[in-house]
Amino acid sequence: MLYARLITMRLMKAIVVLFLIIIFNFFLIHMAPGDPAAILAGEAGATDKEFLRQLRERFGLDQPIYVQLWHYVSGIATLDFGYSYRQQMPVLDLILQRLPATLLLTGTAFVLSLALGILAGSLAAARVKKVSGSLIMALALLFYATPLFWVALMAVVLFSVYLDWLPAYGMYTVGAGLEGFALVLDVAKHLILPATTLALFFMAIYTRITRASMLEASQQDYVKTARAKGLKDRVIQRRHILRNALLPIITLAGLQAGQMVGGAILTETVFAWPGIGRLMYEALMQRDYNLLLGIFFFSAALVIVFNIVTDLVYRLADPRIKEAS
Amino acid sequence: MSFFARFAQNRGALIGLIILTMIILMAILAPLLYPESPWRMVQRPFLSPMEVDGFVLGTDTMGRDVAAGLMHGAWVSLLIGLVSTAVALIIGVPLGAIAGYYGGLIDDGLMRFTEFFQTIPNFALAIVLVAIMQPSVTSIVLAIAIVSWPPVARLVRAEFMSLRHREYVEAARLVGQTNSTIILRQILPNTLSPIIVLASLMVATAILLESALSFLGLGDPNVMSWGYMIGAARTVIRQAWWLSFFPGIAILLTVLALNLVGEGLDDALNPKLARQRQ
Repeated sequence: MLYARLITMRLMKAIVVLFLIIIFNFFLIHMAPGDPAAILAGEAGATDKEFLRQLRERFGLDQPIYVQLWHYVSGIATLDFGYSYRQQMPVLDLILQRLPATLLLTGTAFVLSLALGILAGSLAAARVKKVSGSLIMALALLFYATPLFWVALMAVVLFSVYLDWLPAYGMYTVGAGLEGFALVLDVAKHLILPATTLALFFMAIYTRITRASMLEASQQDYVKTARAKGLKDRVIQRRHILRNALLPIITLAGLQAGQMVGGAILTETVFAWPGIGRLMYEALMQRDYNLLLGIFFFSAALVIVFNIVTDLVYRLADPRIKEAS
Repeated sequence: MSFFARFAQNRGALIGLIILTMIILMAILAPLLYPESPWRMVQRPFLSPMEVDGFVLGTDTMGRDVAAGLMHGAWVSLLIGLVSTAVALIIGVPLGAIAGYYGGLIDDGLMRFTEFFQTIPNFALAIVLVAIMQPSVTSIVLAIAIVSWPPVARLVRAEFMSLRHREYVEAARLVGQTNSTIILRQILPNTLSPIIVLASLMVATAILLESALSFLGLGDPNVMSWGYMIGAARTVIRQAWWLSFFPGIAILLTVLALNLVGEGLDDALNPKLARQRQ
């Protein structure tokens, strides 16, 4: 009951945000260089006056701006994101076709960074005054400062070019015609480099927050009690400290999900991973504004979905919130 | 303990400061050591580092001097990092101050607005903005500022909310000071230290963002930047990995140094917190 109300509230908020993004996109199209008609038609650079006039009429650009806005918003409300003439396909189809690859990549990177980050962070917290603890934190600081696209490129040089361990680009071996388990294995092999490089930066963030939040939790009275009871250190670390330290980590993870969608643009570009990030790069190169804004809308929608999911997970992890709200 | 002594107690911060000073020197010396445009073709392309005297880091695909590009790039990175952070502060500080000071409906409205910007994926928004406004130093600075002001607004708001009922604020109100005087002369000076710490970390993030934008081909076509150098050498990475390697190290060191300095500033400006942390 409470969950139902909560989800409805969050969904309504999400719709408002998406609506604002649509309006934002509309104004961006009008700000873009060249004639909006040409942009909507995906034909930026067309100079034929008569052709442009026809386009303007077709897209209703000869009408007042609020009528145009209405056309644009109602178009997107019916999932009409326009047509990408460069790719010869409706924008929606292009995005939906590429979405699964991005979900696979960001999903894997998300789980990987969270798992390794929490592990490294709790190790660092347990070894707070030791060299190994400082070493973990130094590494985290290093990964935090490393440009994502650069680390991806260097990984290609090291693991694909010199060591020849892993494929450098794509999602599966082209023309291999693999099926079933062999295909899964092939995709997994292609996934290792992009997912790991995407995860590194976020792992660094989770390591830092985990350590800080565990050190804070270890000052609490219930930890003293547990210690006084004579519980083993490892049990205290896991059951008493880590569990209570998890909440700020989940909150942060929800916020970072959005950044991960952004990071995927860079990783997918370097590894030629066929997701919406790569598609965004292609749209950028061809100045295909219609497609670019469509992807922008979808990535924002993705972030909102991520946020709602973390909100629900948060409530599962901490039942106290339910009583408070 | 003096401010600098507290700062220097953090060894990492000291190292960061040294690296940062070196990078600033690089930026200042660039026009002196390499007076010619870094875009000029000066030697045969694809020279590896040290292959020819005077070309320590070799040349790129077009025969441009990589070392010259690195030096000039330092200037661009620092400039864009600093200016975009300044613009983000100009947007974020007033919004946060007004929301935190007045509270109520104004606060609600401004915070919804801030949340909206926080929901949109930063990097995707920056790409769209630069692509639409056309790549230039101005559009890049604006795009980075637009995606990075929300944390400033939230921080300033939180500080204002905790300070607005302090006794010295009430006293100022009693003497009849106007709201704007109280905001600017009473509360704002007391929120400066967390803002300074956040700003130093934001410069680091801004430099990373700029390099990522230039890497994707959204850099200002008139200025040499580290991200552009990596992006331009991407297609020849198999033959000449060093073309991408050195600019990446430059970005890494700059961002690392700024993060270390930020942490040091945090220790120095908030001594109580630093002691608690140890």
